[in-house]
Amino acid sequence: MARDDIDRELDAHLAHAVDDLIRTGLTPEDARRQALLALGGVAQTVDAHRDVRAGLFDSFLHDLRFAARMLRRNPGFATAATTTLALGIGAVTVMFAVVSGVLFAPLPFPQPDRLVRLQERTVQASQYGNLWAFAYPNFVDARRDSRSLTLAAWRPSGGIISGPGTADYVDAREVSPELFTILGVRFTQGRAFVPADDSPSAAPVAIISHRLWQDRYGGANAIGSRLTFDAKAYTVVGVTSSDFTFLGADVFLAIGQDAAPVLQRRQAHPGIQVWGRLEPGATIDAARSELSVIGRRLAQQYPDSNAGRDFIANPLQANVGSLRPTLWLLLSAVAVVLLIACANIASLLLARAVARERELAMRAALGASRMRLVRQCLTESGVLGVTGGALGVAVAAAALRPFVALWPGELPRADFVHIDWRVLLFAFALSIVSSMLFGIAPALRTPATDVDGVLRAGARSVGGSRRLQSAFVVSEIALAILLLVAAGMFGRTLVRLSALDPGLDVHNVLVARAGLSPSLLTEPAKIRAAWADLLVRTRRVPGVRATAMVDTVPMRDGNNQLSYWTSAALPPPNQQPLALATSVTPEYLDVVRLPLRRGRFLDEHDQLTTEPVVVIDDVLASRAFGAGDPVGQRLWVPSMGAAPVRVVGVVAHVRHWGFAGDDDASVRAQMYYPFAQVPDVLLRRFSQLMSIAVRTDHGPLGVLEPLRAEVRGGANDQVLYEVRTLEQLASGSLAQHRFLLQLFSVFAAIALLLASVGLYGVLSYLVGRRTSEMGVRMTLGATSADIVSMVLRESLAMVAAGFLLGIGGALAGARALDSLVAGMRPPDVTTFVAVSAVLGAAALGASVLPAWRASRVDPLVALRSE
Amino acid sequence: MGKTDVWQGTLALMILKTLETLGPQHGYGIARRIEQTSGHKLLVNYGTLYPALLKLEQEGYIKSSWGVSDNNRKAKFYQLTRTGKKQVEREAREWNETTAILARFLAPDKA
Repeated sequence: MARDDIDRELDAHLAHAVDDLIRTGLTPEDARRQALLALGGVAQTVDAHRDVRAGLFDSFLHDLRFAARMLRRNPGFATAATTTLALGIGAVTVMFAVVSGVLFAPLPFPQPDRLVRLQERTVQASQYGNLWAFAYPNFVDARRDSRSLTLAAWRPSGGIISGPGTADYVDAREVSPELFTILGVRFTQGRAFVPADDSPSAAPVAIISHRLWQDRYGGANAIGSRLTFDAKAYTVVGVTSSDFTFLGADVFLAIGQDAAPVLQRRQAHPGIQVWGRLEPGATIDAARSELSVIGRRLAQQYPDSNAGRDFIANPLQANVGSLRPTLWLLLSAVAVVLLIACANIASLLLARAVARERELAMRAALGASRMRLVRQCLTESGVLGVTGGALGVAVAAAALRPFVALWPGELPRADFVHIDWRVLLFAFALSIVSSMLFGIAPALRTPATDVDGVLRAGARSVGGSRRLQSAFVVSEIALAILLLVAAGMFGRTLVRLSALDPGLDVHNVLVARAGLSPSLLTEPAKIRAAWADLLVRTRRVPGVRATAMVDTVPMRDGNNQLSYWTSAALPPPNQQPLALATSVTPEYLDVVRLPLRRGRFLDEHDQLTTEPVVVIDDVLASRAFGAGDPVGQRLWVPSMGAAPVRVVGVVAHVRHWGFAGDDDASVRAQMYYPFAQVPDVLLRRFSQLMSIAVRTDHGPLGVLEPLRAEVRGGANDQVLYEVRTLEQLASGSLAQHRFLLQLFSVFAAIALLLASVGLYGVLSYLVGRRTSEMGVRMTLGATSADIVSMVLRESLAMVAAGFLLGIGGALAGARALDSLVAGMRPPDVTTFVAVSAVLGAAALGASVLPAWRASRVDPLVALRSE
Repeated sequence: MGKTDVWQGTLALMILKTLETLGPQHGYGIARRIEQTSGHKLLVNYGTLYPALLKLEQEGYIKSSWGVSDNNRKAKFYQLTRTGKKQVEREAREWNETTAILARFLAPDKA
């Protein structure tokens, strides 16, 4: 309608002009022709009119339709570009979803930003640092005195449930009643703890997880029923709702009911975590200053324990361990892949833009403004980008779960990793940014002023786009080098680490935590007898060669760091060196086949009544005694009492921190002491930590069921849990490196492929554009070999530039990798040689075909096409 | 070479002023009048005229209706609205001020 209107108006205008011209004496035909000539293009006016009338949106739709048509007409290009882009954006989106879920998803509690974590801080730092878990009395006082915070405490625990259902070990937490309040926990059945539950004299009550309730109570009413946990009867008062998971804990007990002396001592710090929720209106700064007031008052009141000690509060954050750098590393790596993909598409688009130069110049000549053409080009790349982005999201949606499942071990907070609106928004922004990245260069090449120059020059102008295209290829190669070097470093590191001697024989060894019958844990003599009995019975299982007890297992989480000195004149605690102390039974030497270097290992004669003894490793031997013979020397270990312990032997160093981590670990020295010499007062605590290690004749998992049956005991309540083979632990210690190596190899391969395709594309394009030049050269006497070497030189220039740039970047990147991943070494000559060989082969592969094609140019044909 | 395209910014004012002087007028008439008034030093391309007319109409300074011209042809007639009249005054004043200022710069030094 509007279109008709403007047409009619223009007709009227023309008619008036014709009337005037006729009046000057022209014939109607001449008048009409002259009027048309004088007034310029009708279509152009209509177009400009439409621009004013409908604004940008209408012309955007027009551009969109045009872009879709262009892409449909070039299905090969469209497919290649969108596939490349979909893979790139898909990979980045997957990594972003992981980063977003693991690092940034809020804690699964209401108003998580109001939650804080408290720690004790001392002025003096010891060898363990200056931040500490709370002493229980300090928590009680802070809870009572704080006005700006509701404080709650919890403490890790665990034990054996022997009823209802079969005996099994479960994780538990001792918690203060406020924990459920501040975390906003809802209950499927029953209630939270109340302050009345929180005292040693209260009736023993327990809260169980939704999972435990399903497993052991079948989802029936559990309130008021009995739960036997560590040989003690509790009444179940609550079942938490299914959406509440607290670090895998299945049983919650009231911390105030725990009568352990360690909870009453202000000097003791038995792993109590304190969390708090800010009261409405309170700020974290207010809470901090209040806490420091409370801390100062307690320091005056209890100088023995609290002098130089105060409390600090920080926002509560999910604990994701050392994952942060790894995730950022992977996100940067996929971003590099995406960059390469963009550079590749940019150079493809550029080639097309040059090929379309005449079309664009024609449109400019017909009246399209430059802005209009730029917009048209950007719309085209935008369509590509958004299509690729949509496909990329589909790729990410399909790949996300498998990727999370492939993560070595278990990805923390994996439940929070999914494609949500944040990820979608990111993917959309990513596709727009990518399309700008690869679209801007071709768009800016749209003809500006020299329209008729382009039209007249025909298809011969190569112009500045050649340098630009080479720049894209050079940067693709440089980025690919970056990933190749990283992959090479991982490969070299993995090879090096795998070849290291773990210090023991990891084959055919099974280790599992063993839970003694809780009813036996009452008196030391019973405990010792029970362990001895367990060892005897497990040794009887067919296929078992040797059995030992051990508290901290190599390459498994958990260690016991004790300070030592070589004389009675101990330096201040923060200057005492630390060693990993492992409590074992004598057969441990045979179970893990620990090489004995000097003296003897612990044996049956080392008892509570005999002299305390230790066996040390190579590292401790050389640190404490240098080149001298350690056997017979004495060590002062404050945690083992004031009297020194006698060194009776030296064994090989064991890579306790795994293949990768051990060399850089801060505490490496090791000592072994007899479980038999653990004093009675510590025996109960130790018994909750002990594992058994079993050497078998064949595959160790084969003896697991007979072992379990033998361990179960008379009361049917002794269990094995956290069952692993040493081989699994050893391989697990490299799992992260292996995973990173695999990912980086894939990234590097993709990068190399893309860069080769880019190189190939640009070379073919250049050769194609220069066909006639080749023809002239050949007519003037150049041989095929000359032409081939000319093209190869061209390729070599780009590869060499990319290589140099890439190596420079890789050297910088390698330093970052070095600090991010344990056990990495800077890239060596071998890595660079390997990388250049791979790159050289790929580059040659990409250049051969265009070079050969150039050499086959028929001079006559080439010249005739002019 | 003597004829210049009219500058976009001033075209609106010329159209408004023309309509103020002539009363309702069609596009062709406006173009002719501007060319005549300029002593044929300006050339009004209808590629710039009609978008400018549309823009002025959208801004509410002029309104249009179909009518019959002196040549007995159907044509769209434009006329000033009330705000259009105010706009002419305002723009004319601003333009005069601007040219007066510029004139001082360009005038030969009187000191």
